[in-house]
Amino acid sequence: MGRNTLLTLRNTGIAMLMLFEAFRDIPYMISIRHRHDVLHQQFLTAIKSLGVITVVALFTGMILALQTGLELRRFGQEVYIGSAVTVVMLREMGPFMTALIIAASVGSAMSAQIGTMTVSEEISALEVMAIKPVRYLVTPRLVAMITMMPLITVYTNIIGVVGGAVVGQTQLGVSITAYMDNATQFAENKDLYVGLLKSVIFGIIIATVACHQGFSTTQGAVGVGRATRKTVVVSFLIILTTGYMITRLFYQ
Amino acid sequence: MIRFEQVSKRLGGRIVLDEINYTIEPGETFVIVGASGAGKSVSLKHMVRLLSPDSGRVWVGEDCVSEARGDNLDRIRERFGFLFQSAALMQWLNVGDNVGLPLRMKKDMSDDAIDELVREKLAMVNLAEAFEKHPGELSGGMRKRVGLARAIITDPEIILYDEPTSGLDPVTSRTIDQLIDRLRVELGVTSIVVTHDLHSALAIGTRIAMLNEGKMVEVATPEEFVKSKNEFVQGFLAAQYITTRGDWEKAESA
Repeated sequence: MGRNTLLTLRNTGIAMLMLFEAFRDIPYMISIRHRHDVLHQQFLTAIKSLGVITVVALFTGMILALQTGLELRRFGQEVYIGSAVTVVMLREMGPFMTALIIAASVGSAMSAQIGTMTVSEEISALEVMAIKPVRYLVTPRLVAMITMMPLITVYTNIIGVVGGAVVGQTQLGVSITAYMDNATQFAENKDLYVGLLKSVIFGIIIATVACHQGFSTTQGAVGVGRATRKTVVVSFLIILTTGYMITRLFYQ
Repeated sequence: MIRFEQVSKRLGGRIVLDEINYTIEPGETFVIVGASGAGKSVSLKHMVRLLSPDSGRVWVGEDCVSEARGDNLDRIRERFGFLFQSAALMQWLNVGDNVGLPLRMKKDMSDDAIDELVREKLAMVNLAEAFEKHPGELSGGMRKRVGLARAIITDPEIILYDEPTSGLDPVTSRTIDQLIDRLRVELGVTSIVVTHDLHSALAIGTRIAMLNEGKMVEVATPEEFVKSKNEFVQGFLAAQYITTRGDWEKAESA
């Protein structure tokens, strides 16, 4: 095996150990004493991202409706954009777009913050104070991701479906009632649940990659920049491949 | 008591510590001086196992810190306070939360009791008014003092200082020196100070050790240190214009 393969396996192992440690510390960090750390991370993860999520979700729904609607109109079936947009949003685009945005905004910020702490000896300071860096820094971020990702994904789905309805009404001549009737007729609960499962797994991936890259940072400001870039790239790759595998698992 | 037994450490292919042996007695202020890259900070980090030796052992009392793991290592580390060169304050926390962080994370104390203790320690370093400020609003000297308040919040037996006066003006440096000395006198803590500043070392040290290229070339009381015949010690003294005993004697009597 090549050196890079061994390095990747080693880093994966370290990241998994960090993740297990973070899961083990969840009861401690959600206790009343430390709950504010988790709440703060939840605020940063969800509320601070709502603006960009809204815009991206709206236009994702609108693009989906327009592209599928134009093709379906050739066959006089444009009323089916309701189900097309809703099913695609619930199953794929909702969790996927949400994960990409959160990885690029929140994940990169996590990595930069922990990376800066690593190179400025703040992590060493925590260790000397006998405070576990994983417990103090990773667990609140992990809990925030696990709890907020499904909520943001539901929000993304709703905004995306609304975006599709607007395009249906204004450009394809599909009334909102017909659009919604068609959407509810074909979309299943399973689509929602699989999408939400994906969002939780994507959240875990983002928190793990971001925190691991942060802790692995070396060489000052250059290292922080490198860790941030790697967080986004690695998160995107793992989200894509994992998303495909989950889809494959549930939709044979 | 802290004891280094034949400790060697290699970093980036270079020997930083070369079979070092020394003992620090309880209650003393042991100052380690030497040129940049001589291994001073590396030596300090071995005491709390931020670094582990390639060979040899580091003892804290009866505990071998260089082989400690998990809860045992935490228990040893709880005996220490550490003032980092950059102070290493959490930037998003205010001064009060920074100083109280070890108590909030480790001790079962009420928030009011923690705040009271934090204010007491901030008063000790003359920063009682800074409780609500954030690190970004503080000068370098104030950040160091906040770091010192955090280092003493758990009443440790041993305090480690990594370049406590670097980057500070002479007046602030002397203020930090006085604080270090006061902590030794008032709290009876063992202090280990790493510094380039020989004026500071002579003023506060009960013993001074000189590291050069990973070797301990001198360990002596301040009186003996300025009279040392070692060429590195003499070079270091001359480089800081300490050619007579006058300066440190004045500082000590002050």
